[in-house]
Amino acid sequence: MQTESAVLPDTLASEACPLSTLSAGERGTLVALTGGRGALGKMASLGFTPGVEIAVVQNVGRGPLIVALRGIRVAMGRLEARQVQVRRCV
Amino acid sequence: MMSHCASDTQTAAALSAAIAEHSPMVALAGQPNVGKSTLFNILTGLNQHVGNWPGKTIERKEGVYAFGGATCRLADLPGTYSLTANSMEEVIAREFIIREQPDVVVVVVDAAALERSLYLVAELIALPTRMIVALNMMDVAEQEGYHIEPDALQAALGVPVVPLVATKNVGVRELLQAIHQVARDEIPYAPKPPQIRDDHRAVLNQITTRIAEWTPAPYPRAWVALKLLEGDQEITRMMQAALPADQWEVIYAILRAHDDALMAVAGGRYEWIGRMIRAAVTRPRAGQIGLTERLDRWAAHPLWGIALLAGILGLIFWLTFAIGTPLQNWLNASVIAVLAQAASAGLAGAPAWLSSLVVNGLIGGVGSVLAFLPIMVIFFATMGALEDIGYMARAAYVMDSFMHLMGLHGKSFLPLFLGFGCNVPAVMGARVIESRRARLLTILVTPLIPCTARMAVVAFLAPAFFGGAATLVSWGLVVLSLATLVGVGVVTNRVVFQGQRSAFIMEMPLYHRPNWRTIGVLVWQRIMAFFKKAGTIILAFTLGVWALSTLPTGQLDSSWLADLGRLIEPVGRLMGFDWRLTVALLSSFPAKENSIATLGVLFGAGKEGGLANVLAATIPPSTALAFLAVQLLFIPCMATVATIRQETGSWRWTLFNMAMQLVVSLTAGVVVYHLARLIGG
Repeated sequence: MQTESAVLPDTLASEACPLSTLSAGERGTLVALTGGRGALGKMASLGFTPGVEIAVVQNVGRGPLIVALRGIRVAMGRLEARQVQVRRCV
Repeated sequence: MMSHCASDTQTAAALSAAIAEHSPMVALAGQPNVGKSTLFNILTGLNQHVGNWPGKTIERKEGVYAFGGATCRLADLPGTYSLTANSMEEVIAREFIIREQPDVVVVVVDAAALERSLYLVAELIALPTRMIVALNMMDVAEQEGYHIEPDALQAALGVPVVPLVATKNVGVRELLQAIHQVARDEIPYAPKPPQIRDDHRAVLNQITTRIAEWTPAPYPRAWVALKLLEGDQEITRMMQAALPADQWEVIYAILRAHDDALMAVAGGRYEWIGRMIRAAVTRPRAGQIGLTERLDRWAAHPLWGIALLAGILGLIFWLTFAIGTPLQNWLNASVIAVLAQAASAGLAGAPAWLSSLVVNGLIGGVGSVLAFLPIMVIFFATMGALEDIGYMARAAYVMDSFMHLMGLHGKSFLPLFLGFGCNVPAVMGARVIESRRARLLTILVTPLIPCTARMAVVAFLAPAFFGGAATLVSWGLVVLSLATLVGVGVVTNRVVFQGQRSAFIMEMPLYHRPNWRTIGVLVWQRIMAFFKKAGTIILAFTLGVWALSTLPTGQLDSSWLADLGRLIEPVGRLMGFDWRLTVALLSSFPAKENSIATLGVLFGAGKEGGLANVLAATIPPSTALAFLAVQLLFIPCMATVATIRQETGSWRWTLFNMAMQLVVSLTAGVVVYHLARLIGG
């Protein structure tokens, strides 16, 4: 966690929350990722690294999410989205 | 057409062999959805060879092209997001580059998604092999509001950058020129690879020094150290084997203390990418709502998206049967029947068995496969177009929740979708799924999707038995198949795989106009693969069935096939089948549509129209319904079984699949038969 706070010195003291809790249209800054090696590597290569801003495009019910980051759109399962900790952008 | 293709690939193979020694080797790398296949097809035409990577079920495409008087070999590497061992594709791509040391690696990059695309460049540029960046989809980038300066990117990267619109053949000549020059060392090459972030530099140096004398050739030392830090499993295993135990303990302790390094390395690459983009992109994307976003409001909507998918599937079915079936009938009546007549006339003087072998065995068997050509072309062309415009990722997305029922995720829907055409490419299509468990489960349930061959049997028999209610019955049977698929999937996942789950994360590419050339090549390759597999297997089995139905007396009634049918008739009796229906069911094993031909022979009806009347008069509706249900769910056809064996690499799973479908289909048959009798059959 020290590395992440070094990356984001100016983030407000707001609590980190799972990406899956953001509604469509909201944005969050990635704080931490958890998950298996394979999933982490895949997510890192798709641009999920600390400090990146992620916009939630679609988040309905218990289905998968669509998020936008680094100029692309990514579909991800709800379980995967729960493993991405973000700070909500105000 | 077949001989033409065969000679093409032979020429390519001969040519490759002849020039293998001294002609340059170019490797084509790139992430998925960047137009790599389009570029490969433009460069090689049909002058390409498709096979598998040794020991892997991943497609390996190679070809040759000529430029400036020299012939070059071109290897199409699997599409990969990175070079870390997250998937088989990634291992194959990097092993090829490191071990085969191609003269030039061309990295295809999507200009409209530059940030994500440059990630693979950030990995490749750290390897000693020379590279060129092919900046593809410049037109889409302009439409999306980006403006990119290729020269500025080239200066920032220190490697040649060639702007490209592969779909319109723009920039391809310049790319070939650049390859030519880089291969001959004619232009300066001074790559500026990303550096690891400061907080991990010391530990990286420490590892690099410690592994120095143990790193196996030809792996670059610094690269191996970086992969160790990233936690790459393959490289970790390799170095554990290469280092003495005490040395490895030290390294392992260092790695354990830095198990967060993956994010630092990936983050460092993205910081580097950020610098490249600031140098090269002069106008960032405007905030306008693009076409993709507008289309996805419908296509990816949890409700409308599924309605759209059902509509598309219905449309494909309609196209396939409205255009394909009449063409198939025409081929059967005008080409194959004429051929059979000519053959029997020509063989009039020959022994009866020879005439029967050629007419019934050879032309009847192989002909039925050939007649499937129109249906296959229509199905694969529409599927290929959907794939090419970027719709398939949306289909996977909207089906994700549904697929969770079986412990699978959205990506597993894509091969199932393909299965409605033919189960053989569908089983092969399961290659898109990363996790072995999910791939295996998908392969096991795929044959429960009713393919066009089985639907053709239903389309012929349902009207004969049920007249006006045929459409309703057909839909009911499809629903029964799909419900069985879900049931089998849920149970197999719970019992065999104990409910493990794999991660679902997938890029949703931008929509773009279909490229007919790419689709054409795709259709061509899928059809040739189908012909090579199904043609040989169906030919062999048709001859076998022909022999069984003719020997030893020449009469069907007293043949070994009839004996076999009578032997297992008691099983068929449970569903009201007599030996003829039982044999017709068995004959669907070599090819599903054989059932109709077998019924025709066994019920002694000369013409198909006649057969329909004879069947309607002799078989009660309850038996007919049970027969259709079993026909749809029965053991997969021979070609599918062979493909399952090839793709799973295991006889155990192949036999499991056959046994499972045997039990499921017979159970369904018995239940349907007795329910139908209860209700009033």
